[in-house]
Amino acid sequence: MTAARAAAILLAKELRLEFRTRELLNATIVFALVVIVLFSFSFDPTAAESRRYGPGLLWIAFLFAGSLMLHPSFAREQSNQTLDALRMAPVSPFAILLGKMLANFVFLSLAEVVLVPVFAVLYNVSIAGVIGRLIVVLMLGTLGVVITGTVFSAVSAHARMRELLLPLLLLPILAPLLIAAVEATASLFAEQPSLDRTWLAFLAGFDIVFLTASWLLCDFLLEE
Amino acid sequence: MRLKGRLTITALVAFLLFFAGYAALFIAPDERTMHEIQRVFYVHLPLWAAMYSALVVAFISNIGWLATRKPMWDWLAVSAVEVGVVCCTGGLITGVLWGRPAWGIWWTWDARLTTAFILWLLYVSYLLLRGLIEDPQRRATLSAVFGIFAFLDAPLVYAANRLWRTQHPAPVIFGDANSGLDPTMGKVLVACIAAMLAVMVLVLVDRYRLERLRYEVDELRLAADARAADLNSATARSPR
Repeated sequence: MTAARAAAILLAKELRLEFRTRELLNATIVFALVVIVLFSFSFDPTAAESRRYGPGLLWIAFLFAGSLMLHPSFAREQSNQTLDALRMAPVSPFAILLGKMLANFVFLSLAEVVLVPVFAVLYNVSIAGVIGRLIVVLMLGTLGVVITGTVFSAVSAHARMRELLLPLLLLPILAPLLIAAVEATASLFAEQPSLDRTWLAFLAGFDIVFLTASWLLCDFLLEE
Repeated sequence: MRLKGRLTITALVAFLLFFAGYAALFIAPDERTMHEIQRVFYVHLPLWAAMYSALVVAFISNIGWLATRKPMWDWLAVSAVEVGVVCCTGGLITGVLWGRPAWGIWWTWDARLTTAFILWLLYVSYLLLRGLIEDPQRRATLSAVFGIFAFLDAPLVYAANRLWRTQHPAPVIFGDANSGLDPTMGKVLVACIAAMLAVMVLVLVDRYRLERLRYEVDELRLAADARAADLNSATARSPR
């Protein structure tokens, strides 16, 4: 079985599991909404202020939501020792990791699909003209969050206090991604929107560096 | 004999440190605009040199552990990160103390400062992570993976901040690569860096020994427990 096929099967399994209850997705969306609403009290959400602070707010909400959402990715496999079963399957560890990354990517992207329009309405930001470019930025940023987040979810799954540990490990690593994603988004929310390609390239670079690192280290990550 | 050698080395490092301190305070010339406060530089920069060296050692040890599974790499990794975090804390504190009189502000979100701060957070998380995993093998492997990710992140943090802050020039310390540094200052600086690196290596080696002893004690305790269990079952089975 090729790695791609194994990853696809695992992705289907993760999606099936999640869409039976949708508990993870619902909780993530509501949590991010709470963050977005709470931020409206920290500055005056007029159009000009929103353009300045909006991109940062949006990405902080996604990062917080992601760091909480990614935790069950591996922790869920532990309660019934299903991770051992996965390990015994004749597939490469990277396929397991990739399947989980893709599933998390789908979950976080779905949350963003709900949250971005809500954000645009609440903060009076016009996204209609830049939607295509915004999707590219969101996809590259989300990829970076789920690549590092899925790996760290496997790291923190074996630790005590793991719910608290995952954000602690993940958020500092994501600092460069946050800067790049916020700046790229800000260039789209400006009065004359023009996508800043430097930041787009930076986001892509971040994804490539950490995807390669996960590929090289996945054997150690999933060993017994 | 070994104790004697260690004492000699410690005395040498202490002498070097004393000499560097003396040179920084009395030999190095007065700085034109900042005067005496600039002398914190002779502690500040060597601390960063020591920190980055320690983190490179930690990175190599992380890879070494994953590649060979020799426990010595894990001992070296945790020792290097601990020493690196201490140097980083010292560098941040001396930097803040220096920033206030020199720039008029305690802190600025310049690329170097931000990178240092994020690195501090990352490696403190590394130590926290180690404290929260029980099984030694697993602790070594997972923390090595995290350590490698953290090390890879450092240049990205720097690049992002550098790109981002280009519109807002950060306070310039010395212009480009020591431009305009007085030759005497340069020599004193080299002595200070050498002294700080020597202290760092000395502490690192001691910390490494401590980690090795801890490991040996753990091994002995496990062996003793196993032996006690054997004896108990043997006495239980033997007919009275």
